[in-house]
Amino acid sequence: MSKKSFRQAINEALRQEMERDPTVILMGEDISGGTGAPGEQDAWGGPMGVTKGLFTQFGESRVLDTHLAEISFIGAAAGAATTGLRPVAELMFNDFLGTCLDQVMNQAAKFRYMFGGKAQTPLVIRTMYGAGVRAAAQHSQSLYSMVTHIPGLKVVVPSNPYEAKGLLIQSIRDNDPVIFFEHKVLYDMEGEVPDEPYAIPFGQANVTREGDDVTIVAIGRMVNFANAAADALKRQGISCTVVDPRTTSPLDVETLIETVEETGRLVVVDEANPRCSMATDIISTVASRAFDALKTAPLAVTAPHTPVPFSPALEDLFIPSQMKIEEAVRAVMARESNRAAAE
Amino acid sequence: MSEIHSIVMPKLGLTMQEGLLADWIVAEGDEISAGQHILDIETSKIANSYESPFSGKLHRIVGEVGGTYPVGSLLGVIADAATPAAAVDSFVEEFLANFKPVEAGADAAPSPETATVDGQRMRYLRMGEGEADAVLLIHGFGSDHGTWILNHGALAEGRQVVAVDLPGHGGSTKDVGGTGVSALADRVVSLSKTLGPTRFHVVGHSLGAAVAAHVADKLGASAASLTLIAPVGISADVSADFLDGFLREQRSRKLRPYLEMLSADPSMISVEMVEDVLKAKRVDGAQAALTAIREANLPGGRQSVDIRDIIAAAAYPVQVILGDRDQILPSNGTADLPPSVKRTVIAGSGHVPYLEKANEVNALIQEML
Repeated sequence: MSKKSFRQAINEALRQEMERDPTVILMGEDISGGTGAPGEQDAWGGPMGVTKGLFTQFGESRVLDTHLAEISFIGAAAGAATTGLRPVAELMFNDFLGTCLDQVMNQAAKFRYMFGGKAQTPLVIRTMYGAGVRAAAQHSQSLYSMVTHIPGLKVVVPSNPYEAKGLLIQSIRDNDPVIFFEHKVLYDMEGEVPDEPYAIPFGQANVTREGDDVTIVAIGRMVNFANAAADALKRQGISCTVVDPRTTSPLDVETLIETVEETGRLVVVDEANPRCSMATDIISTVASRAFDALKTAPLAVTAPHTPVPFSPALEDLFIPSQMKIEEAVRAVMARESNRAAAE
Repeated sequence: MSEIHSIVMPKLGLTMQEGLLADWIVAEGDEISAGQHILDIETSKIANSYESPFSGKLHRIVGEVGGTYPVGSLLGVIADAATPAAAVDSFVEEFLANFKPVEAGADAAPSPETATVDGQRMRYLRMGEGEADAVLLIHGFGSDHGTWILNHGALAEGRQVVAVDLPGHGGSTKDVGGTGVSALADRVVSLSKTLGPTRFHVVGHSLGAAVAAHVADKLGASAASLTLIAPVGISADVSADFLDGFLREQRSRKLRPYLEMLSADPSMISVEMVEDVLKAKRVDGAQAALTAIREANLPGGRQSVDIRDIIAAAAYPVQVILGDRDQILPSNGTADLPPSVKRTVIAGSGHVPYLEKANEVNALIQEML
């Protein structure tokens, strides 16, 4: 095992799966360098350098630089997937989903169902999400809940380098279309990542902290904030369980219910906007399935219902923080003691 | 004047930088004897009881329960009962004034190495240097070199200590080939010939102890001693419940109860330990390799391995270390051992005494060195 960045972990997953399986191909804008790139053709490796070196190793028949039109290359990737290839397409920003939504929502997601199980679509769409880099409202959204809403798609939101490699390998080996969300702030995050290929199964949440008082469920980058909050709260005498669902579709409801049954309190942390989101989905799922286990109403820590602001000061306020999570946990602890005092 | 001793946050394992002081077992003013359990320490990797290295009166408690302290931080002061309070005060003052926590990365942990032996990759972690005979550490079923977290560094004073990943485990090949303990031992012997030292004290745990017995046997004159901790191969049965659960469960909360069978005190099993086992099992080929190794050596609830003839015939000293509350190999406590074999039963310990009672086990191993 050695320390690798989130970026390197994704690169290694792509490389190892391409070495293992000749049907795995990459498609995307500037993933090999793009027209006019200085120096070697794969000098860029995409806007974040994630696919760097893969063009050199696998050549232009397996690393395809595409034109700037998601509507056609995401559609082409979905078609290629139905005919025997395993394309990994890079949708540069998840904010561009609108330009290819029919290909994703009405085509890739529906093939297996509408062809009576006779077609499979082993397509992966890697896409970048999240606020924090002053990229403004059209390049900073967190849209995993939008695709989680659509049956036929699997949705993966890794929280660290280890998770990214294992979940991306599983995504590539899966026979259904998978949308794989990479938070742009995480690319430089480092962590222990095994050199060998490994796959993390879908629908199995990772319980990163075990506690007795509050269950914190967090998505993607927010898992790291939740872990830090749990560690700080432990020193203040509040012990938290932290659950990283890993995949929002399928969702590991069993672990959510189990952990809430142990703690009786729930805080959900989601960087996305608060309406019709993973936060609301998780809270309603727990409330309807384990209402009797809840000692107090669950709380959500989310972004406000606004576009991501371009103003740095406002953008920093927009994103859930460790402090806001700690406040929410203290609030669900306090509400119960208020009620106990009133009774 | 007698010496004043500091009790500091211990470094449990290579990567530890800070630890949580979970509990003081003794009170200020108590008379402490060396080896007495005085503190509980928790890190993300392991929860461990800490034994006092010194005898004397616990004059001062500095570290508070629930506090997180960097490695080396002053937690308490032990000295002769007659030591005046003023001397303890100035000792504490001076310690705190001079204490600087080691910065992250300043003493970077050694990295595992890999070697190709018999055409296959073997990973191992080497610590320590020196001319004395080296030590080989061989982990048990489903584990890897990292399990020696509390032993590896302690044994590596003045000698090389090499902890291997057995085939099918850790970072070693998942293309196991022969799955019996003798075949696994062949790979370890081949690796040992690439390491440099010519003689080895061989230490193994559980299934790795059965491998260790074969390694020592194959090394012949190059074997200096053999230490077998909760070994497979001296009794007949094994917990099928543990092995089935260990192999089957893919989620931390489902796997945990089985891992908790390993130690007498289940709270020793940390979140990270459970996660490390899951990570190891997820590596391509690991599940198949582990299943094959289990079938070859521990089918059903039975041990198909017997090392008693080997250890009876050994020309080097052999010891067996057992826990009195071992749930994995429940009949080891009543096993017949050859009279030449030194046997130590560690009270209050389960299947992993090298983790549960690390100081005692380290001392027993050191006696052989």
